[in-house]
Amino acid sequence: MGATETQGFKLDNTGRRIVVDPVTRIEGHMRCEVNVDKDNIIRNAVSTGTMWRGLEVILKGRDPRDAWAFVERICGVCTGCHALTSVRAVEDALGIIIPKNAYLIREIMAKTLQVHDHAVHFYHLHALDWVDIVSALKADPKKTSELQQLVSPSHPLSSPGYFRDIQNRLKKFVESGQLGPFANGYWGSKAYVLPAEANLMAVTHYLEALDLQKDWVKIHTIFGGKNPHPNYLVGGVPCAINMDGDGAAGAPINMERLNFVKSRIDEMVEFNKNVYIPDVLAIGTIYKQAGWLYGGGLSASNVSDYGTYEKVMGDAKTQKLPGGVILNGNWDEIHPIDPRDPEQVQEFVTHSWYKYADDTKGLHPWDGVTEPNYQLGDKTKGTRTNIEEIDESAKYSWIKSPRWRGHAMEVGPLSRYILAYAHASKGNTYAQRPKEQIEYAAQVINSAFPKALGMPETQYTAKQLLPTTIGRTLARALESQYCGEMMLDDFNELVANIKAGDRSTANVEKWDPATWPKEAKGVGTVAAPRGMLGHWIKIKDGRIENYQCVVPTTWNGSPRDAKGQIGAFEASLLNTPMANPEQPLEILRTLHSFDPCLACSTHVMSPDGQEMANVKVR
Amino acid sequence: METFYEVMRRQGISRRSLLKYCSLTATSLGLAPSFVPQIAHAMETKPRTPVLWLHGLECTCCSESFIRSAHPLAKDVVLSMLSLDYDDTLMAAAGHQAEAILDEIMTKYKGQYILAVEGNPPLNEDGMFCIQSGKPFIEKLKRVAKDAKAVIAWGSCASWGCVQAAKPNPTQATPIHKVITDKPIIKVPGCPPIAEVMTGVITYMLTFDKIPELDRQGRPKMFYSQRIHDKCYRRPHFDAGQFVEAWDDESARKGYCLYKVGCKGPTTYNACSTVMWNEGTSFPIKAGHGCIGCSEDGFWDKGSFYDRLTTIHQFGVEGTADQIGGTAAAVVGAAVVAHAAVSAISRAAATKDKTTKA
Repeated sequence: MGATETQGFKLDNTGRRIVVDPVTRIEGHMRCEVNVDKDNIIRNAVSTGTMWRGLEVILKGRDPRDAWAFVERICGVCTGCHALTSVRAVEDALGIIIPKNAYLIREIMAKTLQVHDHAVHFYHLHALDWVDIVSALKADPKKTSELQQLVSPSHPLSSPGYFRDIQNRLKKFVESGQLGPFANGYWGSKAYVLPAEANLMAVTHYLEALDLQKDWVKIHTIFGGKNPHPNYLVGGVPCAINMDGDGAAGAPINMERLNFVKSRIDEMVEFNKNVYIPDVLAIGTIYKQAGWLYGGGLSASNVSDYGTYEKVMGDAKTQKLPGGVILNGNWDEIHPIDPRDPEQVQEFVTHSWYKYADDTKGLHPWDGVTEPNYQLGDKTKGTRTNIEEIDESAKYSWIKSPRWRGHAMEVGPLSRYILAYAHASKGNTYAQRPKEQIEYAAQVINSAFPKALGMPETQYTAKQLLPTTIGRTLARALESQYCGEMMLDDFNELVANIKAGDRSTANVEKWDPATWPKEAKGVGTVAAPRGMLGHWIKIKDGRIENYQCVVPTTWNGSPRDAKGQIGAFEASLLNTPMANPEQPLEILRTLHSFDPCLACSTHVMSPDGQEMANVKVR
Repeated sequence: METFYEVMRRQGISRRSLLKYCSLTATSLGLAPSFVPQIAHAMETKPRTPVLWLHGLECTCCSESFIRSAHPLAKDVVLSMLSLDYDDTLMAAAGHQAEAILDEIMTKYKGQYILAVEGNPPLNEDGMFCIQSGKPFIEKLKRVAKDAKAVIAWGSCASWGCVQAAKPNPTQATPIHKVITDKPIIKVPGCPPIAEVMTGVITYMLTFDKIPELDRQGRPKMFYSQRIHDKCYRRPHFDAGQFVEAWDDESARKGYCLYKVGCKGPTTYNACSTVMWNEGTSFPIKAGHGCIGCSEDGFWDKGSFYDRLTTIHQFGVEGTADQIGGTAAAVVGAAVVAHAAVSAISRAAATKDKTTKA
């Protein structure tokens, strides 16, 4: 390839090639290869989705009312968001309006997932990219306590003894010589810049979050019966409400159940306020002071989301995270996005292991085609079943390349927050809270924390701070906080609605397929934790004729398209210096900031199921 | 089990070399030399059992469920009870540093480690529908299984195939017992399994140093010997002929039986109605939706989740149901009468399963 240019990025694959496979601490399976120049700066990046399950092939011919359960199993980490998208797609196709209680319960469940998924991502999948666990052993518990009280004065767990106990347990663990999941980590790398006390504080919260997360998801258990994979229902929710009638104690929703939900919401709000937000701000501050503002990639130019969290059910204008598309970093202009328009969202397979009649053309999801076509380029090193180095000039991933009007996009909490900031700046009153959060965070990172920690203050604008790896991680934390707050509003509205006499939780007018039109098609969209998620369904004679999911990690992890444009993962790694190319810490840090979900990203189906004939069966 | 020190001694390594190894370990971790005797002491005493947790085609719901465990806490399992040496979802290392751990554990703890498998291998396309380190997952699975002491099949993917193996199973996703045929495999089905069932199975193995008693299909009897229906709190409504007829009807609000809206509790062996989910908070039926049968083999291909069970021949074929309540409400009609009849046959035909010891 040599050196080429695309989207303002220079790609050069002549330098030393580094392979990371498996990329760990993600959902699913992924490989990443980069080329570094003589100064160990990344000059080319290649991201490969390494799994395909074919769920939409499996959906063909099934009952659309069952689809939510199948697609829910696309991902057990963002559990429930595919199910919600699916019931929305079916309801859209059949013209079903769900009861207000059902809307609110689904909103509470979706936001519970956001808080849970974001926090588990940060502490258990991402933190070790920033936090050196072994350094935490050297921390002074008293100073750690002081740091804790400085960054989060209202967090009750902050005594020196508390940190000493955790540190002792950690020591005992390390002294056992069996390091379990922490073995062979990159401890001691120069790429870690936190002081020992900040490391101990963060490791402590790794354990706190692990204990608490299991409680938050109990909201799903109340409304959906279990977590992971709570139950959904086309037409509403399955949890009927009985506040004070016969049998209320055995009913899905009663006073005790609602009180239980309220307690869990309060816990999430507290955790975000006292732990998650202060930790991310502290880590962000210290890494920013160290000059680590890499990883922006496409977020500095192209971001998108379908928009979500309507204040008034069914009224898109009242979305509290409004959608749209921003191109070329112009935050003053927001393009509308329409998932139904065949010209807008299209998927390409030029560099994906699939085959179209014309590989250079994109297809809208309603007309999507998939034929697995696993073949490696001539310049691949290794063999068909033992790939040593991938050839990115040919097909190289099980992920397709979705594009919006031909443009590669970054999606996710950062994209939603950039959009909300832009909407709020233009006067949208429903999106003011995210703008406030961003401004507060920028003030803390620029000024408040540096001052308190005895470091020089900085003057970065939101537009400089956000499109970075730190910004991506920060936006996720802010979204978690916002979702906790919105959940309280949803809960209060649910109670008010029940109080007003509405007990309805399901609209069953069109439950019976005999009431459906012969043919119908619909779209469902959801702000999934990792970004904008859409499902497209075609129904014929009461059965699924075509089902297509275009998933956040498909957008972010996409390989190159017909024009050679790179996706968000690849773009984000470019121009990042590595402290030690033997240790892929910076690669992991930036890839993890997207919270990759590979099982989600690799789903496709053909409208006619013909791809089956092309699968080689041993 | 041999301690690490014993293994090293057996391989002709002196205590002096062990101490040298310990000091290298301390150095590589940035620890002071004073840690060396402590590391040596730990290695000379009983090690935690290493667990290698592999992921094939799956959705990670099993891992997510595992970390929901309340008793024991997931934190305590990982820090104190076992040594989770390889798990691509949680481990700090990536790439070749991660893969080096597999080789290290497989060598040091040959025949002593537990292999836990989440997901399954696809066989089509030479296995390249699931690629890890550039190679088919099936190769890795077979390699790690070779010297494992026991194999746990987490969830319905590893146990039965689950959603990617639903018809037409485009990748030929295959449950692990069909590719690992020379080892005891403990199936812990469910999509996902209940958190405390997962930690219950593994702590049983660590505490009693043997694998739990399994039924003929390889499931631990302690959690899978009864149907959801057998212990369902709504069972009295089934027996009384009180059913939910439509979503959100008055019967739904009163918590009547969900049989008529498709509940698969009568054919599903699992602990949902007893252990319940998420620290006993609830389970699907209590939250108003029928059981979809997610711990049963091929549950995706047994008709709609909302079809009333009519395939009565399925009742009791496993022969592991201990008993069934005697009351069959006439209002449910022939289906329930047959249900009771088949249950009686199954009771008569039940045989004691062979127990496998690890």
